[in-house]
Amino acid sequence: MSQHTEDAPLNITAERQAVVASAGAAPGREWVIVTRGLKREYDMGGEIVRALRGVDLAVRRNEYVAIMGPSGSGKSTFMNIIGCLDTPNEGEYWLNGQLVSTMRDDELARVRNKEIGFVFQTFNLLPRATALANVELPLVYAGVSASERKERAMAALEAVQLGQRVHHRPNELSGGQRQRVAIARALVNRPSILLADEPTGNLDSQTSEEIMRVFEHLADTGQTVIMVTHEPDIAAHARRVVVLRDGQIASDEKREKFTEKLGLSLPQK
Amino acid sequence: MPLIEAVRLALQTLRVQKLKSFFTLAGVCIGVMFLITVVSIIEGMGRYMKDDLVGKIIAINSFELRRQPNINLGDVDQAEWESWRRRPRLYISDLLPVVEALPEGTRWAQESESGVQVVSRYSRPRSTTAIGVDGDWFAIKKLGLRDGREFTAQELRQGENVAIIGPDMVERAFPGMDPIGRELRVGGVPYRVIGITESRGSAFGISFDNFIIAPWRSPIRKLLNPQPQMIDAIVVQADNQQVLTEAKERVRSVMRTRRALRPNQPDNFSMETSESALEFWNKLEGYLVMAGVALPAIGLVVGAIVIMNIMLVAVAERTREIGIRKALGAKRRDILAQFLVESATLSTVGAMIGIGLGIGLAQTIAALTPLPASVAPWSIVLGVLVGGTVGIVSGVYPASRASRLDPIVALRQE
Repeated sequence: MSQHTEDAPLNITAERQAVVASAGAAPGREWVIVTRGLKREYDMGGEIVRALRGVDLAVRRNEYVAIMGPSGSGKSTFMNIIGCLDTPNEGEYWLNGQLVSTMRDDELARVRNKEIGFVFQTFNLLPRATALANVELPLVYAGVSASERKERAMAALEAVQLGQRVHHRPNELSGGQRQRVAIARALVNRPSILLADEPTGNLDSQTSEEIMRVFEHLADTGQTVIMVTHEPDIAAHARRVVVLRDGQIASDEKREKFTEKLGLSLPQK
Repeated sequence: MPLIEAVRLALQTLRVQKLKSFFTLAGVCIGVMFLITVVSIIEGMGRYMKDDLVGKIIAINSFELRRQPNINLGDVDQAEWESWRRRPRLYISDLLPVVEALPEGTRWAQESESGVQVVSRYSRPRSTTAIGVDGDWFAIKKLGLRDGREFTAQELRQGENVAIIGPDMVERAFPGMDPIGRELRVGGVPYRVIGITESRGSAFGISFDNFIIAPWRSPIRKLLNPQPQMIDAIVVQADNQQVLTEAKERVRSVMRTRRALRPNQPDNFSMETSESALEFWNKLEGYLVMAGVALPAIGLVVGAIVIMNIMLVAVAERTREIGIRKALGAKRRDILAQFLVESATLSTVGAMIGIGLGIGLAQTIAALTPLPASVAPWSIVLGVLVGGTVGIVSGVYPASRASRLDPIVALRQE
């Protein structure tokens, strides 16, 4: 990774400026995510890598946002901070009205447990545990009783059409089924945001479409979804697309504008 | 995360990786096995000492006034032995003042014994122990009769020539016949056999049944001590421990007065109880237990190192799992607890197998050798505790490493 020099100001769209202006006002009920001037630097053997160089973003409740960017753009770092796996060196991050950026390890763990549902590219299911046990896991750390855990995990699995495969282990499930188990696990604690990192990266295109339809449905039913991807046609499923470049937001626009610019067709509902 | 969940998870890991778990457990298992075996054998020997050996010689709630202690289980040096030999003997004249000093709720007896030759018309001369007694000797020693009757008060007082024999003497002196009413000669004097005692068994291969008992006042007393007025012991038994203490104090004071001892002079007689006779054994038992615990402890240290190693490997292998758990909301202490419980469970399972094997080994040794064995319940508890502790101690470092893993790095690991 090379050290970035101060580039010329990036092209900030009109919509984005409006969003930043309103976010500046109140991280509260309406805004589930508000970041202000997020900076994150890494010391890579004496060389300072500035992964994030002041990111301002606000996401409304019920929004479906894709975060795009080439590798080295800082999107992984941004996702780690949004997912409360990492904290910024500078700037504020408000999640669901709580200032997360200054929290310590155990508080972050609690926030991850209650507020965030993760969906990973590699599914990240526990290989030796059944689908049901995997989905129960966040509830275990939330201190939910065994009977309630089972009930809620079953309901979550049924919601992703896996009610018949609850006692299967990950290696007995197809890729799409595994990702649906992961989605059930992400949603079982009723999180404020569903945070998906390249959710279709390990899936064929047909299965990818299937998973995208699940996300679509979730967004339609009021779930806030943040999806990180480098594939424009996957990003095109989101309602809003944010592009990161060199640790800053390069563009932030509605899906229609994004697809039009790239000459993509809108995904079929 | 609830404990039961963590234990279940640990047992699952154990089931999935049977062979690896077996090697992991071997150290703790063997350590605990030997711990249980050694402790069981020491416990068995202790019980043997208390119930069989000393218990048969000194009755409960009693003390024996003697020139020197009768039972010496080691640790008496030459100088002490010499000083005992310079002590004055007990005489029959000591008996009455002692008996008069005794409080309510006590019984007394006196005895002297020596090796003698017994001549019977029906066998060759036999070596045996002759015991001359007086007072409630049979009651205090809890020695019942298999046949015949005890001495009457008159026989004791008059010193009549009657005898009660131990079971061994029946076959040795009167092969194939009923000894009651027949005659035995001791020191050329004939004694009529009036009773046969019950068996007192044996300890370490020595029979307690080879003796002949006669009233001390009979001519037998001339054979028992250098002078016929000497006696070996006055035995006092009390109803309870409190009366016994009181009796001991009174007898001590009477004896000190009779011996004209000044306050700064030590007693020149001994008052032996079963506790004082067991003092040496108790001391020895302490050392044996220490050794018996220290040696298997080496095995446990090895076991602990193995477990620590295996747990470090487990943490490395399951880095991604730790990352997933942290992403889903596991706190540091959840991860710490998970791995601690896992290593404690592993080690405790090993300890429990070791307890089973140890009990088996102890029983086998008891069956195949003259060593007695008795499994002490506390040693089982100790074994489980040791297992759990070894697991926790050896799990601390791997578990804390696991809990400190950065979830981002952990999730990235393949």
